[in-house]
Amino acid sequence: MFEIFGVPSYALFGQLLLGLINGSFYALLSLGLAVIFGMLNIINFTHGAQYMMGAFVAYMLLQYLGINYWAALVIVPILVGATGIIIERLFLARLQKLDPLYGLLLTFGLALIIEGVFRNYYGSSGKPYDIPDALQGGHNLGFMFLPNYRAWVIVFSLAVCLVTWFAIERTRLGSYLRAATENPTLVRAFGIDVPRLVTLTYGFGVGLAALAGVMAAPIYNVSPQMGSDIIIVVFAVVVIGGMGSIMGAILTGFTLGIVEGFTKVFFPEASNTVIFVIMVIVLLIRPAGLFGRGI
Amino acid sequence: MIDKHSAGTHAMLAVKGLEAWYGESHILHGVTFDVQPGEVVTLLGRNGVGKTTTLKAIMGIVEQRRGSVRFEDRELVGLSSDAIARGGIAFCPEERGIFASLNVRENLLLPPQVRPGGLDVERIFALFPNLRERLSSQGTKLSGGEQQMLAIGRILRTGARLLLLDEPTEGLAPVIIQQIRETIGSLKAQGFTILLVEQNFHFAAAVADRHYIMEHGRVVDEFSTPQLKANPAKLHDYLGV
Repeated sequence: MFEIFGVPSYALFGQLLLGLINGSFYALLSLGLAVIFGMLNIINFTHGAQYMMGAFVAYMLLQYLGINYWAALVIVPILVGATGIIIERLFLARLQKLDPLYGLLLTFGLALIIEGVFRNYYGSSGKPYDIPDALQGGHNLGFMFLPNYRAWVIVFSLAVCLVTWFAIERTRLGSYLRAATENPTLVRAFGIDVPRLVTLTYGFGVGLAALAGVMAAPIYNVSPQMGSDIIIVVFAVVVIGGMGSIMGAILTGFTLGIVEGFTKVFFPEASNTVIFVIMVIVLLIRPAGLFGRGI
Repeated sequence: MIDKHSAGTHAMLAVKGLEAWYGESHILHGVTFDVQPGEVVTLLGRNGVGKTTTLKAIMGIVEQRRGSVRFEDRELVGLSSDAIARGGIAFCPEERGIFASLNVRENLLLPPQVRPGGLDVERIFALFPNLRERLSSQGTKLSGGEQQMLAIGRILRTGARLLLLDEPTEGLAPVIIQQIRETIGSLKAQGFTILLVEQNFHFAAAVADRHYIMEHGRVVDEFSTPQLKANPAKLHDYLGV
């Protein structure tokens, strides 16, 4: 053990790890929000509730059907993503030509309803979800103790973020998405079924939120308000990063997680507000966000 | 002057009594004309008479429309624009529609193939050699002329046989206009059918077989190219040039 700026390495790297974990979730969630905002022009306030649904569906699969964490990582995003597709077809598609405020109100209302339903059936105290056997324990790295599950969350969410970035920025389907974000009318006039692309994009963004929820289940308690706890910070992350940039959402998510972690070490009193202070500063200096393409 | 006989069953595109609206404003008041296979036809007229709207209504981009648009004897009014495009019509908009978030290669490959027999990328480079060197540039970093070439080039890949081009010469230098003129000639020789909206009637006279004059959301007159050249006074009346 050694010290850095008078702080024991265990404390420093422990908080850095916590920051990276939070950053993983910020990145996954703000990535989904950015993708959805790009295609639908809707700020998806249901995102936190969909993240919570991801954790709860994983819990329910394990509790009632004995389906384990690894299977849940695949099944849950598909199931919750499918509910997203239904929401898009039933509601959001009808709001497309209206003021974006309507979409914001609708998704905000849906978030309250979904959270209320889960609170009604599962209470607000939260349910435990065990770390899968293969990822129990951890390694002592000398300067810190690294729990296996946390290392997995960081690596896996980084991988998911990078694969998503690659799919959007470097593939043919991704070029359809980027083009449709810019000029949906013209892309449609080239023969591409843009409304279907929009539906699938929403389903994908919701699936990402649900995937984050599954990964969060063993770390935080599975509780109905877990979504609204994190989503406020995630919106601040999105404001700082700027809407409309995929890499921006990923980088900002991880960076702000780390900033939050370090603040806990050096000035714990500010750790809950540091992200919002940064948000205010960024809004004053670059209103479009660090990576935004203008308003 | 409108030749009633040309709207026969063999027209590739037959537009009859086409009306269109943007919200409350009624833009097209019954547009009627046709395009035969292999022809280059222009819509001429002053600003705001409904030329662009006619193209957009054919393409289904303007959704509020009534009347009839038959393409290869299939009715298009009522179809969505993606279905119309997949039927074999391609549209090149006035503002060119080059995507800033796509590089030149991605812009070129964006429109999906709707029929077999489109030009392959090599033949598009033969028409527009500039594009080959700029493949990894951001689409909107190209010059205006290069953007126009990209906008035309990318719809040639799709296999569509009817091309709707909206003012391809607008704002371009004479040397580029000359290149686009040669391109249209070469496309016609390869059997493409082209419906062109133009303000520049010298360009129109140089490339097209027939010309329709539009006023107040209607087609009011028709000229063949020799007639157009023989009646400059009348054309000046219509276009106010």
